[in-house]
Amino acid sequence: MGLFTKLFTALRGAGTEVGEAIVDTQALRIMDQEMRDARRHLDEAKENLAKVMAEQIGVEREVSRLKKQVAEYESYAQGALDKGNENLATEIAGKIAEIENELAAQEKVLESYNSNVNMLKQTIKNTERNIQSMERQVSVVKTTESVQKASAAAATKFSGSNSALRTATESLERIKQKQQQQSDQMQAAMQLQQDESGDGLQAKLKEAGILTSDGTTGNAVLERLKAKRTQV
Amino acid sequence: MTPQQKLQQLAVGLNGALLDNGLSLASEVLAGEVDVLLTTVEQREEFPIYITVDESQILCITYLWTEAEVDPNKRIELLDTLLSMNIPMPLSSFSKIGNQYVIFGALSTNSSLEEILEELHVLSDNALTAVEELAEYRL
Repeated sequence: MGLFTKLFTALRGAGTEVGEAIVDTQALRIMDQEMRDARRHLDEAKENLAKVMAEQIGVEREVSRLKKQVAEYESYAQGALDKGNENLATEIAGKIAEIENELAAQEKVLESYNSNVNMLKQTIKNTERNIQSMERQVSVVKTTESVQKASAAAATKFSGSNSALRTATESLERIKQKQQQQSDQMQAAMQLQQDESGDGLQAKLKEAGILTSDGTTGNAVLERLKAKRTQV
Repeated sequence: MTPQQKLQQLAVGLNGALLDNGLSLASEVLAGEVDVLLTTVEQREEFPIYITVDESQILCITYLWTEAEVDPNKRIELLDTLLSMNIPMPLSSFSKIGNQYVIFGALSTNSSLEEILEELHVLSDNALTAVEELAEYRL
């Protein structure tokens, strides 16, 4: 089963109403178990790596010892040849061939250790990544469950026990009503302030046609001046 | 800082904080297997925001509507719309928890209080817009 499928199973709404469990605890248990298994594999892989690396170092040491031996016997063979001792040189050459064969065999072993070490390191890296990913997923599943529980608690807290039955549309309407109410209250407060400062009475006088203008305007003055001229 | 400590820090920082639109926040921690920070925006208490913190992220989730509210004849169309809206909608995405449609935003655990306040502001606005503008898909 892939990770997405497992998560989907874990999260699939077993409960359909607010407050009911939405997390399949069985699926969550399986994921926890898988995470524990993955951690055990990781520990094993790390232990294996340590062992293989110890053996790798041993083989490396052997390869280097054999290489030194080859160089050492080569110098002996050269010495024998220098002294014209062909028989001794042949004997030494035989020994060198023997060491070289052993060296070749050890180098092959070393090569295989090197590739094992690389493989194990890769496995460890992948396993660590998998565990991290699983931990994240399980955390999201548990978070989701907690949010669901919190939502049930919040629903009761804010809007009474029937809140779960309230639809999104009704909730939005309530918010709009609250906003309208607040806007009405602000308007009322402004009205009150205007009334207190006398603006309200002025406005009412104007509305009643008793007060026709806010005061003297340029036009009124001009009209007055024109009227005076005609009188003169 | 552990996720719990971060959540406590947020609880203190968000409680009474003002959003850019002047609305104030109230927040309280609801303890559980994973602690949840219940945050409400003034005048919008019907759509609270649930905040959780874990090792990798801060999640802010608001519940929108339930499956039961969706018009069965328009369900596919609604899902298509929600999926299509995920990229153009700023900072938030749609999802489902059980039979509940939700809108959420995810932030890095290193986010500052200012960044989280901006997220909450946008999430709250997006939630109201979604409920209003996607009403045609509901019964």
